[in-house]
Amino acid sequence: MGECTHDPGRRRFLAGIAALAGGCADRAGEPAGLRFWAMGREGEVARELLADFERANPDIRLDIQGLPWTAAHEKLLTAFAGDVTPDVCQLGNTWIPEFAALDALEPLDARLAASPAIARDDYFPGIWETNVVDGRLFGVPWYVDTRVLFYRRDLLAAAGFSQPPRDWAEWRRAMAAVKRRAGEGNFAILLPLNEYGPLLALALQQDEALLREGGRWGNFRGEGFRRALGFYLELFESGLAPPANDTQIANLWDEFARGHFSFYISGPWNIGEFKRRLPERLQDAWMTAPLPGPAGPGASIAGGSSLAVFRRSRHKDAAWRLVEYLSRPETQRRFHALTGNLPPRRAAWAGTLADDAHARAFRDQLERARPLPRVPEWERIATEMRLVTERVVLGDLPAGRAPAEIDARVDRLLEKRRWMLARGPR
Amino acid sequence: MKVARAGWLLVCPALAAIVAFFVLPVAAALALSFTDFDIYALADLRNVRFVGFDNYLHLLQTPLFWQALGNTLYFVVVGVPLSIAASLGAAMLVNSRLARFKHFHRTALFAPVVTTLVAAAVVWRYLLHTRYGLVNQGLAGLGLGPVDWLGDPRWAMPAIILMSVWKNFGYNMVIFLAGLQSIPAELYEAASIDGASRWQQFRVVTLPSLAPMMLMVAILTMAAHFQLFAEPYVMTQGGPAQRTVTVLYFMYEEGFKWWSLGSASAVAFVLFLFMFAITLLQMHVARRTGA
Repeated sequence: MGECTHDPGRRRFLAGIAALAGGCADRAGEPAGLRFWAMGREGEVARELLADFERANPDIRLDIQGLPWTAAHEKLLTAFAGDVTPDVCQLGNTWIPEFAALDALEPLDARLAASPAIARDDYFPGIWETNVVDGRLFGVPWYVDTRVLFYRRDLLAAAGFSQPPRDWAEWRRAMAAVKRRAGEGNFAILLPLNEYGPLLALALQQDEALLREGGRWGNFRGEGFRRALGFYLELFESGLAPPANDTQIANLWDEFARGHFSFYISGPWNIGEFKRRLPERLQDAWMTAPLPGPAGPGASIAGGSSLAVFRRSRHKDAAWRLVEYLSRPETQRRFHALTGNLPPRRAAWAGTLADDAHARAFRDQLERARPLPRVPEWERIATEMRLVTERVVLGDLPAGRAPAEIDARVDRLLEKRRWMLARGPR
Repeated sequence: MKVARAGWLLVCPALAAIVAFFVLPVAAALALSFTDFDIYALADLRNVRFVGFDNYLHLLQTPLFWQALGNTLYFVVVGVPLSIAASLGAAMLVNSRLARFKHFHRTALFAPVVTTLVAAAVVWRYLLHTRYGLVNQGLAGLGLGPVDWLGDPRWAMPAIILMSVWKNFGYNMVIFLAGLQSIPAELYEAASIDGASRWQQFRVVTLPSLAPMMLMVAILTMAAHFQLFAEPYVMTQGGPAQRTVTVLYFMYEEGFKWWSLGSASAVAFVLFLFMFAITLLQMHVARRTGA
């Protein structure tokens, strides 16, 4: 606790002043008011999750603020511009390169090396990687999110497949068989056009990276992406997937229950949703499976959220203690019980989670999760990829022109980055 | 001379406010539109580059910008006449000699204007729901198939227009109502003595008398419609297939989603030029027709 004084007399005195000055305890610096921002459901459960932490650390007063996911990114950038960033924040791990580029985050390598609580080797490697930008660590994974296959076991069995598919060829045959039985108006798989996740997962299964030369240029014209795009588009062309976005599917779970589609690529949050929303009679009829790859079980996206400490924080030691507490396996198990979020370290998977049949596919998939390219422009690049692909599916653009079109857009987005890298660090 | 100086002194506070809160920000935004101010510039101001007209040139080559402009024009061309017609119709109904409880009706019809847009949008999303919505149930009663209002690229903009007209017609209705009440009753009496039908009275008495108001309402409504943002933001998030991305929504995404403030400023100025040109055209037409 370098920045915080332990002299209780002084603290009482300052607290008195703060009270007189209208409660601006933060500005007086004492007691350590630790500002922690978390998004969505995580923000809602943070207080409950951290009650023990507050009891064990009376010198830290937690100030927890929940943000809605839709406004979180804007809010954080505005906070950065206005110099009011929190001490600790939950960050979607694709945002880390962006905030690292802003120089808003505290590098954590030294603290990690000195910390017995966080064992790097215990974390799934792909998830850990998402927090490393240019060789420096800027976050500690809090929970993971990867995409696996949700499927109807009964419909697949009726179509003659007792096991979920493991590679693309098998998957293709299974989808064709399911579609034949499902008939006109029904499909084999749902790939919503307003989501880039499924195509991105297929693209990450390839050996080639999506960006080349250190994230300077797009590599969507490369053999790898073409293969993934070809497989993806084939599903629409052969009528296995409806050319729809997910707002057109009025209720995903109803349609899944009705057999409108039998495969769906989604993340851990849908385990809870499927359990809650599918009718009782179907509870044994659905299962999750690792994502099939071009040849055998494939890779998937290493998504999720990390905990980051902001550079401007005046309570970095206290902030790191919070990160350590949230990273403990037992805290993570409690966090899973509260939210259904999957833990990023293997130790936390022991116990109830290991017996959860629906989570097993995720456990397996996480060993093969791969990080997305770590450039600040990534979110926009993925959006452009989705928009161009949507145009192909809707017939606005010939499929052959899509890779070059995506690359043209991506190369323009990366122009500033190339200029910055060429100029070297200042 | 002295009087002039006193005059300047008196307008000074107002001028200072206008300069500080209008002229300076606009000038700063104009300057910004000639730079590539982005997320990197936010980190370090030395990362800003002067790019001249590049933002503008690139904008003109961006298909989404043109689509956004097309969507906005669609909204303006269909929405403005519809909105004015609805306002005028409602004003005439409320003003009619046969109408009872005028105050009540005036208030009720004005209510949507003062409701919170986000709250209204939530209700409208229920009304427009494909399977459970009241609108589709009404259509089903007429034997028409369900319409996926907010999910179908063809119907999303009409749905937005419908909601926007409902939300805004009350405002112009009040203006028209004031206009209608100021038309002397003798004009109608004279017209009916001359044998003019109801429709003829509307055309030769009501409309010409309302002409100055019509001009003002048209300019204001058009300006407001060009700045469509909140409705698609809360109803469709620009989708489906970007059919409800308007120029302002596009600007918002450039500026606050992607943090490309330079190009977002360029969008703002292009939109300004557009609206300025169309307003000039309207004034010109109005002067020619003698309104």
